[in-house]
Amino acid sequence: MEKITLASQLLQYLITGLTVGSVYAMVAVGFNIIYNVTEIINFAQGEFVMLGGLIMVFLHVAIGLPLILAFPATIILVTLVGILLDRLAIRPIRRPSVLTLIIATIAVSILIKGTASLIWGKDPFDLPAFSGRNPITFLGAVVQPQYFWVMGFLIITAVALSIFFDRTILGKAMSACADNPDAASLVGINVKQMILLSFALSAAIGAVAGITITPISLMEYDRGAMLAVKGFAAAILGGLGSFPGAILGGLIMGSIESFGAGLVSSGYKDAFALIVLLVILFFKPSGLMGSTEISKIKRF
Amino acid sequence: MLRIAKFPIAVFALFILVFPWMARQIPAIEHYPDIMVFAGIYCLITIGLSLLMGYAGQISIGHAAFFGIGAYISGILTTNYGMNPWVCMGIGMAVTAVVAALVGTPSLKLKGHYLAMATLAFGIIIFIIFNEEIEWTGGPDGMPGIPGLILFGFEFDSVERYYYLVWGFVLAVFVFTVNVIQSGTGRALRAIHASESAAGAMGVDVARFKILVFVYSAVLASLAGSFYAHYLNFINPATFDLFFSIKLLIMIALGGMHNIWGAIIGTGLITFLSNEWLYYFEEFEVIVYGAILLFVTVLLPEGLAGVPGIIKGWFRR
Repeated sequence: MEKITLASQLLQYLITGLTVGSVYAMVAVGFNIIYNVTEIINFAQGEFVMLGGLIMVFLHVAIGLPLILAFPATIILVTLVGILLDRLAIRPIRRPSVLTLIIATIAVSILIKGTASLIWGKDPFDLPAFSGRNPITFLGAVVQPQYFWVMGFLIITAVALSIFFDRTILGKAMSACADNPDAASLVGINVKQMILLSFALSAAIGAVAGITITPISLMEYDRGAMLAVKGFAAAILGGLGSFPGAILGGLIMGSIESFGAGLVSSGYKDAFALIVLLVILFFKPSGLMGSTEISKIKRF
Repeated sequence: MLRIAKFPIAVFALFILVFPWMARQIPAIEHYPDIMVFAGIYCLITIGLSLLMGYAGQISIGHAAFFGIGAYISGILTTNYGMNPWVCMGIGMAVTAVVAALVGTPSLKLKGHYLAMATLAFGIIIFIIFNEEIEWTGGPDGMPGIPGLILFGFEFDSVERYYYLVWGFVLAVFVFTVNVIQSGTGRALRAIHASESAAGAMGVDVARFKILVFVYSAVLASLAGSFYAHYLNFINPATFDLFFSIKLLIMIALGGMHNIWGAIIGTGLITFLSNEWLYYFEEFEVIVYGAILLFVTVLLPEGLAGVPGIIKGWFRR
């Protein structure tokens, strides 16, 4: 047994924090995609992550689909849930206001949670790690191979999204809706379809986060709310609406939580991110990379 | 919407007065006064919340925390220090007022979803504290042995006595809140709901009114928490979780958040639903709540209190 030094301990917290933070970052990116197009905060964002994990467990472990098939199948199923959320809960609202939109997404989130508890019960589920569970020792810190998958998928998501928004017509159309929905529909962009697409995309990213984190932290039906709040905290920390901000915010949030749990108190693990959220909301609601000017012209 | 007729309030008060007698006559609903005590306790919270959400247009998903602070202050001070419950109730409300002002002042400057998330985060933090500060709160196992209420030698030791105590408070709070709605404050709140900048331009001190209502609703929740603790003689953190805050939201949305009556109707229905009728659904309970909330939000934005208006609309055509 190697001697555990303070330095290696700190490194361990950092690595764990960055891994968990990658998931928060993906949730935060999901928030931003929907927020940018619709100015809605989707309180059901965390449920996408939970569904991603549990559907993957069902397809991969229970049915026995190989990883390479179960992975995209899960993403497609969760994306469908995202589409349903827009079609059944968001679009039918006749006079949308922040209040009704928030309540509608909360309604959907408890619907999803309730359904999940019916299907999977209340126990947490495990998923085999993608490439085994033989830990690698790095400067005295223990690194699970799955950590690389989580961080890797965050990078893939970030690169794919930046290509999508900057280089494709569809992505540019979505950004146009974010800037000014009325002007966007004047130049022939179907805003309703873009909103649908934003829910689909953000559900898909949530699913990826859920699938990759389940082998590390297991997954159960009621994990969604906490993931949503922490992801939102990350989005706010980075500046709501900013993608680089979301990723930075997620990584910082994960690290704060990991160091807080390791050095201060593990019982208050979940409280650290939330306290940070409150502090940012109170002192700098525009976040690290957000702009105060933009937040002023937003409707909600 | 600002004028609230007095006659229905009188009818409602009469109903509250005779309900325990009615329940005694019909064996099937004999135990309803017990559920009504809970409904009354929750009504105290939702009346304030309705003022905050429906009239001032601010959303809170953290009122379970204020409810819990009231309950735990009453519980801790009476069991550990043997203090007078009524004094503890007052201390609970005062502490809650300070906490609400501290949380509210910065959050209420924020718009819509920021406030929702800030109150949500606050609620979860308080919930974690209830669970972790085991020395004070007993942790997840809860806190037994909270004494009942006595006033000048009169013990509120039966369901019926407690029923009249709680509903007496509910009626007083209801009438007071109705008066607030019909006063200049109520008009100012409606103006803030419609447009904060317009209200500000007309000379309404937007920040002050928002904080005032937030603190008022939090203090009511704290009072309800104290009543809850003394009625059950036992509290544990699970009562004050995020889902309870959402349940409060469902009560208000179902009843109709733009009408103060909605708080009473929605709270009554949801309390009976969860304590009595949803018994058959067991595991489905959460789904039923989600379905109700979604249905009301999409199809019935005015809630049940808006139904008479809709029906009137049909006949006018």
